[in-house]
Amino acid sequence: MAERERRITPPYGGVFVPRTRVMDADDCNRAIWRMAHEIIERNHGLDTVHLVGLQTGGVPFAEKLAGALTAIDGTEVEVGSLDVAFYRDDIGLRPVLPEAVTDIPWELDGQVVVLCDDVLFTGRTIRAALNALNDYGRPRAIQLAVMIDRGHRELPIRPDYVGKNLPTRRDEVVDVATDGVDLGEMRK
Amino acid sequence: MKHLLSVDDLDGADRIDEVMRLTDAFVEVSARTIPRVPALRGKTVAWLFYEDSTRTRLSFETAAKRLSADTMNFSVSTSSVKKGESLRDTALTVEAMGVDAIVVRHGSAGAPHRIAQWVGATVINAGDGWHEHPTQALLDTYTIRDKLGGLAGRHIAIIGDIKHSRVARSDVLAFTAMGAEVTLVAPPTLLPPSLEGWPVRVSHNLDAVLPTVDVAYLLRMQRERMTEALLPSLREYTACYGLTTRRVDLMDDKAIVMHPGPMNRGVEISAEVADLPRSVIVDQVRNGVAVRMAVLYLLLGAGTDLVAPDQEPDRS
Repeated sequence: MAERERRITPPYGGVFVPRTRVMDADDCNRAIWRMAHEIIERNHGLDTVHLVGLQTGGVPFAEKLAGALTAIDGTEVEVGSLDVAFYRDDIGLRPVLPEAVTDIPWELDGQVVVLCDDVLFTGRTIRAALNALNDYGRPRAIQLAVMIDRGHRELPIRPDYVGKNLPTRRDEVVDVATDGVDLGEMRK
Repeated sequence: MKHLLSVDDLDGADRIDEVMRLTDAFVEVSARTIPRVPALRGKTVAWLFYEDSTRTRLSFETAAKRLSADTMNFSVSTSSVKKGESLRDTALTVEAMGVDAIVVRHGSAGAPHRIAQWVGATVINAGDGWHEHPTQALLDTYTIRDKLGGLAGRHIAIIGDIKHSRVARSDVLAFTAMGAEVTLVAPPTLLPPSLEGWPVRVSHNLDAVLPTVDVAYLLRMQRERMTEALLPSLREYTACYGLTTRRVDLMDDKAIVMHPGPMNRGVEISAEVADLPRSVIVDQVRNGVAVRMAVLYLLLGAGTDLVAPDQEPDRS
Protein backbone atom coordinates (compact mmCIF):
# COMPACT_ATOMS: atom_id res chain seq x y z
CA MET A 1 0.00 0.00 0.00
CA ALA A 2 1.16 3.49 -0.73
CA GLU A 3 3.12 4.93 2.16
CA ARG A 4 0.99 8.08 2.07
CA GLU A 5 -2.18 6.02 2.38
CA ARG A 6 -0.69 4.24 5.37
CA ARG A 7 0.11 7.53 7.10
CA ILE A 8 -3.28 9.17 6.62
CA THR A 9 -5.56 6.20 7.16
CA PRO A 10 -6.75 5.94 10.73
CA PRO A 11 -5.64 4.67 13.13
CA TYR A 12 -2.44 6.52 12.26
CA GLY A 13 0.70 4.48 12.50
CA GLY A 14 -1.35 1.29 12.36
CA VAL A 15 -0.57 -1.76 10.27
CA PHE A 16 -2.65 -3.22 7.49
CA VAL A 17 -4.36 -6.46 8.49
CA PRO A 18 -5.70 -8.35 5.45
CA ARG A 19 -9.03 -10.13 5.83
CA THR A 20 -9.99 -11.36 2.38
CA ARG A 21 -7.88 -12.05 -0.68
CA VAL A 22 -9.83 -10.37 -3.48
CA MET A 23 -7.57 -11.13 -6.44
CA ASP A 24 -4.46 -13.28 -6.67
CA ALA A 25 -1.51 -12.59 -8.95
CA ASP A 26 -3.09 -14.44 -11.90
CA ASP A 27 -6.38 -12.56 -11.51
CA CYS A 28 -4.44 -9.29 -11.56
CA ASN A 29 -2.59 -10.33 -14.71
CA ARG A 30 -5.78 -11.30 -16.49
CA ALA A 31 -7.38 -7.98 -15.54
CA ILE A 32 -4.34 -6.07 -16.80
CA TRP A 33 -4.39 -7.91 -20.13
CA ARG A 34 -8.08 -7.24 -20.54
CA MET A 35 -7.62 -3.54 -19.76
CA ALA A 36 -4.70 -3.38 -22.21
CA HIS A 37 -6.95 -4.78 -24.95
CA GLU A 38 -9.66 -2.27 -24.05
CA ILE A 39 -7.20 0.63 -24.24
CA ILE A 40 -6.03 -0.43 -27.71
CA GLU A 41 -9.59 -0.99 -28.90
CA ARG A 42 -10.88 2.31 -27.60
CA ASN A 43 -7.98 4.34 -29.03
CA HIS A 44 -7.71 2.42 -32.33
CA GLY A 45 -4.09 1.59 -31.60
CA LEU A 46 -1.50 3.24 -29.43
CA ASP A 47 -0.23 6.05 -31.68
CA THR A 48 -0.65 8.97 -29.31
CA VAL A 49 -1.24 7.03 -26.08
CA HIS A 50 0.90 7.73 -23.00
CA LEU A 51 0.48 6.23 -19.56
CA VAL A 52 0.87 8.33 -16.43
CA GLY A 53 1.00 6.48 -13.11
CA LEU A 54 -0.03 8.31 -9.97
CA GLN A 55 2.57 8.17 -7.19
CA THR A 56 3.03 5.84 -5.61
CA GLY A 57 0.64 2.91 -6.13
CA GLY A 58 -0.26 3.81 -9.71
CA VAL A 59 3.30 3.66 -11.01
CA PRO A 60 3.90 -0.12 -10.87
CA PHE A 61 0.37 -0.61 -12.20
CA ALA A 62 1.10 1.72 -15.14
CA GLU A 63 4.32 -0.16 -15.87
CA LYS A 64 2.55 -3.53 -15.93
CA LEU A 65 -0.12 -2.10 -18.17
CA ALA A 66 2.55 -0.70 -20.51
CA GLY A 67 4.24 -4.12 -20.64
CA ALA A 68 0.96 -5.74 -21.66
CA LEU A 69 0.23 -3.03 -24.26
CA THR A 70 3.65 -3.49 -25.85
CA ALA A 71 3.30 -7.27 -25.87
CA ILE A 72 -0.09 -7.07 -27.60
CA ASP A 73 0.49 -4.26 -30.06
CA GLY A 74 4.25 -4.27 -30.55
CA THR A 75 4.47 -0.50 -29.96
CA GLU A 76 6.53 0.96 -27.14
CA VAL A 77 4.31 2.92 -24.74
CA GLU A 78 5.90 5.61 -22.64
CA VAL A 79 5.19 5.66 -18.91
CA GLY A 80 5.40 8.82 -16.82
CA SER A 81 4.67 9.40 -13.18
CA LEU A 82 2.77 12.15 -11.46
CA ASP A 83 2.72 13.23 -7.83
CA VAL A 84 -0.35 15.32 -7.12
CA ALA A 85 0.57 16.47 -3.59
CA PHE A 86 0.71 20.19 -4.47
CA TYR A 87 -2.70 20.00 -6.16
CA ARG A 88 -4.58 18.24 -3.38
CA ASP A 89 -7.61 19.89 -1.80
CA ASP A 90 -6.74 18.69 1.71
CA ILE A 91 -3.56 20.78 2.10
CA GLY A 92 -3.83 22.35 5.54
CA LEU A 93 -6.22 19.64 6.74
CA ARG A 94 -3.75 16.78 7.01
CA PRO A 95 -0.07 16.18 6.27
CA VAL A 96 0.53 16.45 2.52
CA LEU A 97 4.04 15.81 1.24
CA PRO A 98 5.06 14.51 -2.19
CA GLU A 99 6.41 10.96 -2.27
CA ALA A 100 8.44 11.40 -5.44
CA VAL A 101 9.33 13.85 -8.17
CA THR A 102 6.91 14.02 -11.08
CA ASP A 103 8.34 12.70 -14.34
CA ILE A 104 6.45 13.63 -17.50
CA PRO A 105 9.20 14.04 -20.11
CA TRP A 106 7.02 14.60 -23.19
CA GLU A 107 4.75 17.27 -24.62
CA LEU A 108 1.16 16.44 -23.75
CA ASP A 109 -0.51 18.69 -26.32
CA GLY A 110 -2.72 16.61 -28.61
CA GLN A 111 -1.81 13.32 -26.91
CA VAL A 112 -4.02 10.78 -25.16
CA VAL A 113 -3.10 10.33 -21.52
CA VAL A 114 -4.24 7.27 -19.61
CA LEU A 115 -4.02 8.05 -15.89
CA CYS A 116 -3.30 4.91 -13.92
CA ASP A 117 -3.96 4.36 -10.23
CA ASP A 118 -4.24 1.29 -8.06
CA VAL A 119 -7.40 2.18 -6.11
CA LEU A 120 -10.18 4.61 -7.04
CA PHE A 121 -11.98 5.81 -3.89
CA THR A 122 -13.30 9.35 -3.35
CA GLY A 123 -11.97 10.64 -6.67
CA ARG A 124 -10.15 13.54 -5.04
CA THR A 125 -6.71 12.34 -6.10
CA ILE A 126 -7.93 12.11 -9.71
CA ARG A 127 -9.37 15.63 -9.50
CA ALA A 128 -5.94 16.84 -8.35
CA ALA A 129 -4.28 14.87 -11.15
CA LEU A 130 -6.54 16.47 -13.79
CA ASN A 131 -5.55 19.92 -12.57
CA ALA A 132 -1.88 18.97 -12.49
CA LEU A 133 -1.94 17.60 -16.06
CA ASN A 134 -3.43 20.90 -17.16
CA ASP A 135 -0.18 22.60 -16.14
CA TYR A 136 1.84 20.23 -18.35
CA GLY A 137 -0.14 20.81 -21.51
CA ARG A 138 -3.48 20.19 -23.18
CA PRO A 139 -3.98 16.50 -23.91
CA ARG A 140 -6.51 15.56 -26.59
CA ALA A 141 -8.12 13.21 -24.09
CA ILE A 142 -7.51 11.96 -20.56
CA GLN A 143 -8.72 8.48 -19.66
CA LEU A 144 -8.63 6.72 -16.33
CA ALA A 145 -7.51 3.16 -15.61
CA VAL A 146 -7.72 1.71 -12.10
CA MET A 147 -7.04 -1.73 -10.69
CA ILE A 148 -9.78 -1.49 -8.07
CA ASP A 149 -12.86 0.74 -7.99
CA ARG A 150 -14.02 0.60 -4.39
CA GLY A 151 -16.85 3.18 -4.64
CA HIS A 152 -17.61 6.04 -2.20
CA ARG A 153 -17.06 8.76 -4.81
CA GLU A 154 -17.27 12.36 -3.62
CA LEU A 155 -16.79 13.93 -7.05
CA PRO A 156 -18.33 13.27 -10.48
CA ILE A 157 -15.46 11.09 -11.70
CA ARG A 158 -15.66 7.63 -13.25
CA PRO A 159 -12.99 5.26 -14.57
CA ASP A 160 -12.72 4.16 -18.22
CA TYR A 161 -10.92 0.88 -17.48
CA VAL A 162 -11.48 -1.09 -14.29
CA GLY A 163 -9.65 -4.18 -13.05
CA LYS A 164 -12.35 -5.05 -10.56
CA ASN A 165 -15.34 -3.34 -8.98
CA LEU A 166 -15.11 -4.01 -5.27
CA PRO A 167 -17.91 -2.89 -2.93
CA THR A 168 -16.35 -1.81 0.39
CA ARG A 169 -17.17 -0.18 3.66
CA ARG A 170 -15.68 3.25 4.14
CA ASP A 171 -13.45 2.17 6.99
CA GLU A 172 -12.02 -0.80 5.11
CA VAL A 173 -8.67 -0.61 3.33
CA VAL A 174 -7.76 -2.07 -0.06
CA ASP A 175 -4.15 -3.12 -0.53
CA VAL A 176 -2.89 -3.62 -4.08
CA ALA A 177 0.47 -5.42 -3.99
CA THR A 178 2.53 -7.23 -6.63
CA ASP A 179 1.18 -10.63 -5.61
CA GLY A 180 -2.50 -9.69 -5.46
CA VAL A 181 -5.20 -7.56 -3.90
CA ASP A 182 -6.36 -7.79 -0.29
CA LEU A 183 -9.28 -6.27 1.55
CA GLY A 184 -8.73 -5.58 5.23
CA GLU A 185 -8.34 -2.83 7.75
CA MET A 186 -5.79 -0.76 9.63
CA ARG A 187 -5.14 -1.89 13.19
CA LYS A 188 -2.85 -0.66 15.91
CA MET B 1 8.06 23.38 13.08
CA LYS B 2 6.40 26.78 13.08
CA HIS B 3 9.26 29.19 12.34
CA LEU B 4 12.56 29.02 10.51
CA LEU B 5 14.85 31.30 12.48
CA SER B 6 18.00 29.22 12.56
CA VAL B 7 19.31 26.13 10.80
CA ASP B 8 19.02 24.53 14.25
CA ASP B 9 15.21 24.78 14.01
CA LEU B 10 15.44 21.98 11.45
CA ASP B 11 16.92 19.80 14.15
CA GLY B 12 19.51 17.85 12.22
CA ALA B 13 20.01 15.83 9.08
CA ASP B 14 16.57 14.18 8.82
CA ARG B 15 14.63 17.44 8.61
CA ILE B 16 17.23 18.99 6.28
CA ASP B 17 16.92 15.88 4.10
CA GLU B 18 13.17 16.39 4.05
CA VAL B 19 13.68 19.94 2.76
CA MET B 20 16.10 18.57 0.13
CA ARG B 21 13.59 15.98 -1.11
CA LEU B 22 10.85 18.58 -1.21
CA THR B 23 13.20 20.87 -3.14
CA ASP B 24 13.68 18.12 -5.74
CA ALA B 25 9.94 18.24 -6.37
CA PHE B 26 9.96 22.04 -6.67
CA VAL B 27 12.94 22.00 -9.04
CA GLU B 28 10.75 19.88 -11.32
CA VAL B 29 7.87 22.35 -10.92
CA SER B 30 10.17 25.29 -11.72
CA ALA B 31 11.35 23.64 -14.94
CA ARG B 32 7.84 23.34 -16.38
CA THR B 33 6.19 25.58 -18.95
CA ILE B 34 3.76 26.67 -16.26
CA PRO B 35 5.95 26.75 -13.15
CA ARG B 36 3.13 27.17 -10.67
CA VAL B 37 1.21 24.94 -8.29
CA PRO B 38 -1.90 25.86 -6.27
CA ALA B 39 -0.44 24.51 -3.02
CA LEU B 40 -0.56 27.75 -0.98
CA ARG B 41 -3.67 29.33 -2.49
CA GLY B 42 -5.20 31.79 -0.04
CA LYS B 43 -2.04 32.19 2.04
CA THR B 44 -0.38 35.59 2.32
CA VAL B 45 3.33 36.13 2.79
CA ALA B 46 4.72 39.53 3.78
CA TRP B 47 8.28 40.79 3.42
CA LEU B 48 9.76 42.88 6.21
CA PHE B 49 13.15 43.90 4.89
CA TYR B 50 15.14 46.34 7.02
CA GLU B 51 18.26 45.79 4.93
CA ASP B 52 18.96 45.97 1.22
CA SER B 53 18.57 42.78 -0.70
CA THR B 54 17.97 41.90 -4.31
CA ARG B 55 18.37 38.20 -4.71
CA THR B 56 16.89 37.02 -1.42
CA ARG B 57 13.77 39.15 -1.75
CA LEU B 58 13.25 38.35 -5.44
CA SER B 59 13.90 34.70 -4.73
CA PHE B 60 11.35 34.57 -1.90
CA GLU B 61 8.85 36.51 -3.95
CA THR B 62 9.20 34.18 -6.95
CA ALA B 63 8.92 31.19 -4.63
CA ALA B 64 5.72 32.47 -3.02
CA LYS B 65 4.16 33.28 -6.38
CA ARG B 66 4.99 29.84 -7.81
CA LEU B 67 3.09 28.40 -4.85
CA SER B 68 0.11 30.67 -5.64
CA ALA B 69 0.45 32.56 -2.35
CA ASP B 70 -0.33 36.26 -2.20
CA THR B 71 2.55 38.53 -1.37
CA MET B 72 2.70 41.81 0.49
CA ASN B 73 5.68 44.02 0.03
CA PHE B 74 6.96 46.14 2.85
CA SER B 75 9.97 48.22 2.04
CA VAL B 76 11.26 50.06 5.04
CA SER B 77 12.48 53.09 3.10
CA THR B 78 8.92 54.05 2.07
CA SER B 79 7.08 53.08 5.26
CA SER B 80 6.15 54.42 8.67
CA VAL B 81 9.42 53.10 10.04
CA LYS B 82 10.78 56.37 8.68
CA LYS B 83 8.34 58.08 11.03
CA GLY B 84 9.77 56.22 13.99
CA GLU B 85 7.51 53.18 14.30
CA SER B 86 9.03 50.47 16.47
CA LEU B 87 9.85 46.97 15.22
CA ARG B 88 7.11 45.52 17.40
CA ASP B 89 4.42 47.91 16.17
CA THR B 90 5.42 47.37 12.56
CA ALA B 91 5.31 43.60 12.99
CA LEU B 92 1.91 43.73 14.71
CA THR B 93 0.55 46.03 12.00
CA VAL B 94 1.68 43.68 9.25
CA GLU B 95 0.20 40.74 11.11
CA ALA B 96 -3.11 42.54 11.60
CA MET B 97 -3.52 42.63 7.83
CA GLY B 98 -3.91 38.89 7.97
CA VAL B 99 -0.63 37.44 6.86
CA ASP B 100 0.31 33.79 7.35
CA ALA B 101 4.06 34.27 7.18
CA ILE B 102 6.48 37.15 7.62
CA VAL B 103 9.89 36.97 5.99
CA VAL B 104 12.28 39.16 7.95
CA ARG B 105 15.65 40.62 7.13
CA HIS B 106 17.14 42.87 9.76
CA GLY B 107 20.53 44.34 10.57
CA SER B 108 20.39 43.19 14.18
CA ALA B 109 20.91 39.60 15.26
CA GLY B 110 17.82 38.18 16.93
CA ALA B 111 15.24 40.56 15.41
CA PRO B 112 13.32 37.67 13.75
CA HIS B 113 13.32 35.79 17.10
CA ARG B 114 11.74 38.78 18.81
CA ILE B 115 9.11 39.14 16.08
CA ALA B 116 8.32 35.43 16.38
CA GLN B 117 7.50 36.02 20.05
CA TRP B 118 5.19 38.92 19.27
CA VAL B 119 3.14 37.62 16.35
CA GLY B 120 1.09 34.51 15.70
CA ALA B 121 2.22 34.22 12.08
CA THR B 122 5.07 32.05 10.88
CA VAL B 123 8.38 33.92 10.84
CA ILE B 124 11.18 33.12 8.40
CA ASN B 125 14.62 34.56 8.95
CA ALA B 126 16.03 35.96 5.70
CA GLY B 127 19.19 37.18 7.39
CA ASP B 128 19.68 38.86 10.76
CA GLY B 129 22.86 40.85 11.31
CA TRP B 130 25.95 38.68 11.64
CA HIS B 131 23.85 35.85 13.03
CA GLU B 132 22.10 33.51 10.58
CA HIS B 133 20.70 33.13 7.07
CA PRO B 134 19.10 29.68 7.13
CA THR B 135 17.57 29.58 3.64
CA GLN B 136 20.95 30.45 2.12
CA ALA B 137 22.48 27.50 3.99
CA LEU B 138 19.72 25.22 2.71
CA LEU B 139 20.20 26.27 -0.91
CA ASP B 140 23.97 25.83 -0.52
CA THR B 141 23.41 22.36 0.93
CA TYR B 142 21.06 21.54 -1.94
CA THR B 143 23.54 22.79 -4.56
CA ILE B 144 26.39 20.69 -3.11
CA ARG B 145 24.14 17.63 -2.88
CA ASP B 146 23.08 18.22 -6.48
CA LYS B 147 26.62 18.70 -7.83
CA LEU B 148 28.57 16.21 -5.70
CA GLY B 149 25.88 13.67 -4.82
CA GLY B 150 25.93 14.37 -1.09
CA LEU B 151 27.72 16.07 1.78
CA ALA B 152 28.75 13.18 4.01
CA GLY B 153 32.53 12.99 4.21
CA ARG B 154 33.04 15.97 1.91
CA HIS B 155 35.57 18.63 2.80
CA ILE B 156 34.24 22.16 2.51
CA ALA B 157 36.41 25.26 2.96
CA ILE B 158 34.60 28.49 3.85
CA ILE B 159 36.94 31.28 2.88
CA GLY B 160 36.93 34.95 3.76
CA ASP B 161 35.11 37.28 6.09
CA ILE B 162 33.75 34.73 8.58
CA LYS B 163 33.40 37.29 11.34
CA HIS B 164 30.70 39.38 9.69
CA SER B 165 29.06 36.54 7.81
CA ARG B 166 25.65 35.17 8.74
CA VAL B 167 25.96 32.87 5.74
CA ALA B 168 29.07 31.27 7.27
CA ARG B 169 27.31 30.59 10.57
CA SER B 170 24.28 28.97 8.97
CA ASP B 171 26.42 27.06 6.48
CA VAL B 172 28.61 25.59 9.21
CA LEU B 173 25.52 24.35 11.05
CA ALA B 174 23.94 22.85 7.93
CA PHE B 175 27.10 21.36 6.37
CA THR B 176 28.26 19.70 9.59
CA ALA B 177 24.75 18.42 10.34
CA MET B 178 24.88 16.68 6.97
CA GLY B 179 28.21 15.06 7.81
CA ALA B 180 30.66 17.31 5.96
CA GLU B 181 33.99 18.49 7.35
CA VAL B 182 34.35 22.24 7.39
CA THR B 183 37.55 24.30 7.44
CA LEU B 184 37.36 28.04 7.93
CA VAL B 185 40.07 29.92 6.05
CA ALA B 186 40.56 33.58 6.97
CA PRO B 187 43.01 36.04 8.42
CA PRO B 188 42.77 36.09 12.26
CA THR B 189 41.12 39.53 12.18
CA LEU B 190 38.21 38.21 10.10
CA LEU B 191 37.43 35.27 12.38
CA PRO B 192 34.96 35.57 15.27
CA PRO B 193 36.63 36.28 18.64
CA SER B 194 35.83 32.77 19.83
CA LEU B 195 35.25 29.60 17.88
CA GLU B 196 34.63 27.46 20.94
CA GLY B 197 32.00 24.86 20.24
CA TRP B 198 32.17 25.27 16.47
CA PRO B 199 32.68 21.86 14.86
CA VAL B 200 35.28 23.24 12.44
CA ARG B 201 38.99 23.45 11.75
CA VAL B 202 40.70 26.77 11.12
CA SER B 203 43.49 27.60 8.72
CA HIS B 204 45.24 30.77 7.65
CA ASN B 205 46.87 29.19 4.62
CA LEU B 206 44.56 28.89 1.63
CA ASP B 207 47.16 27.25 -0.65
CA ALA B 208 47.58 24.40 1.85
CA VAL B 209 43.84 23.77 2.19
CA LEU B 210 42.72 23.95 -1.45
CA PRO B 211 44.19 20.59 -2.67
CA THR B 212 41.98 18.64 -0.23
CA VAL B 213 38.67 20.45 -0.66
CA ASP B 214 35.56 19.33 -2.55
CA VAL B 215 33.99 22.76 -2.22
CA ALA B 216 35.63 26.19 -1.99
CA TYR B 217 32.96 28.48 -0.54
CA LEU B 218 33.95 32.13 -0.88
CA LEU B 219 32.37 34.86 1.19
CA ARG B 220 31.90 38.42 0.14
CA MET B 221 34.18 41.03 1.71
CA GLN B 222 31.53 42.97 3.60
CA ARG B 223 33.00 46.41 3.40
CA GLU B 224 29.80 47.98 4.72
CA ARG B 225 30.07 46.04 7.99
CA MET B 226 33.75 46.75 8.59
CA THR B 227 33.89 49.52 11.12
CA GLU B 228 37.48 48.99 12.24
CA ALA B 229 40.68 48.50 10.28
CA LEU B 230 40.71 44.73 10.00
CA LEU B 231 42.81 44.48 6.88
CA PRO B 232 45.89 46.38 5.69
CA SER B 233 44.29 46.62 2.25
CA LEU B 234 41.94 44.77 -0.05
CA ARG B 235 44.84 44.12 -2.40
CA GLU B 236 46.70 42.31 0.35
CA TYR B 237 43.59 40.30 1.12
CA THR B 238 43.32 39.25 -2.51
CA ALA B 239 46.98 38.26 -2.57
CA CYS B 240 46.58 35.95 0.45
CA TYR B 241 42.96 34.74 0.26
CA GLY B 242 41.55 35.61 -3.16
CA LEU B 243 40.62 32.67 -5.40
CA THR B 244 42.75 33.32 -8.46
CA THR B 245 43.27 31.16 -11.54
CA ARG B 246 46.58 29.98 -10.08
CA ARG B 247 44.87 28.83 -6.88
CA VAL B 248 41.99 27.14 -8.70
CA ASP B 249 44.58 24.89 -10.37
CA LEU B 250 45.49 23.56 -6.92
CA MET B 251 41.98 22.17 -6.54
CA ASP B 252 40.75 18.72 -7.48
CA ASP B 253 39.21 18.54 -10.99
CA LYS B 254 35.76 17.77 -9.60
CA ALA B 255 35.83 20.35 -6.81
CA ILE B 256 33.36 23.23 -7.12
CA VAL B 257 33.46 26.94 -6.31
CA MET B 258 30.54 28.65 -4.56
CA HIS B 259 29.69 32.18 -3.54
CA PRO B 260 26.50 33.54 -1.91
CA GLY B 261 26.61 36.73 -3.99
CA PRO B 262 26.89 39.56 -4.65
CA MET B 263 30.45 38.95 -5.81
CA ASN B 264 33.28 41.44 -5.65
CA ARG B 265 35.06 40.29 -8.79
CA GLY B 266 38.77 40.85 -8.40
CA VAL B 267 38.63 40.81 -4.59
CA GLU B 268 37.62 37.45 -3.10
CA ILE B 269 37.19 35.81 -6.51
CA SER B 270 38.89 36.68 -9.79
CA ALA B 271 36.68 37.46 -12.76
CA GLU B 272 37.91 34.41 -14.73
CA VAL B 273 37.31 31.99 -11.85
CA ALA B 274 33.75 33.23 -11.39
CA ASP B 275 32.97 32.19 -14.97
CA LEU B 276 34.58 28.73 -14.88
CA PRO B 277 32.28 25.71 -15.36
CA ARG B 278 33.16 24.58 -11.83
CA SER B 279 31.73 27.82 -10.41
CA VAL B 280 28.14 26.96 -9.54
CA ILE B 281 27.12 30.43 -8.42
CA VAL B 282 24.27 30.70 -10.92
CA ASP B 283 22.99 27.26 -9.88
CA GLN B 284 22.91 28.49 -6.30
CA VAL B 285 20.59 31.32 -7.31
CA ARG B 286 18.39 28.99 -9.37
CA ASN B 287 18.15 26.44 -6.56
CA GLY B 288 17.38 29.27 -4.15
CA VAL B 289 13.87 29.66 -5.57
CA ALA B 290 13.09 25.94 -5.24
CA VAL B 291 14.54 25.74 -1.73
CA ARG B 292 12.44 28.71 -0.62
CA MET B 293 9.37 27.09 -2.16
CA ALA B 294 10.18 24.02 -0.07
CA VAL B 295 10.58 26.09 3.10
CA LEU B 296 7.37 28.05 2.52
CA TYR B 297 5.46 24.88 1.71
CA LEU B 298 6.87 22.99 4.68
CA LEU B 299 5.95 25.80 7.08
CA LEU B 300 2.58 26.84 5.61
CA GLY B 301 1.16 23.85 3.74
CA ALA B 302 2.69 20.47 4.45
CA GLY B 303 1.09 20.20 7.88
CA THR B 304 3.67 17.69 9.08
CA ASP B 305 2.75 18.42 12.69
CA LEU B 306 -0.95 18.76 11.92
CA VAL B 307 -2.40 15.42 12.86
CA ALA B 308 -1.74 14.02 16.29
CA PRO B 309 -1.29 10.25 15.88
CA ASP B 310 -4.48 9.36 17.77
CA GLN B 311 -6.90 11.84 16.30
CA GLU B 312 -9.37 10.29 13.93
CA PRO B 313 -10.69 12.75 11.36
CA ASP B 314 -12.87 11.34 8.61
CA ARG B 315 -10.84 9.98 5.73
CA SER B 316 -11.76 11.56 2.45
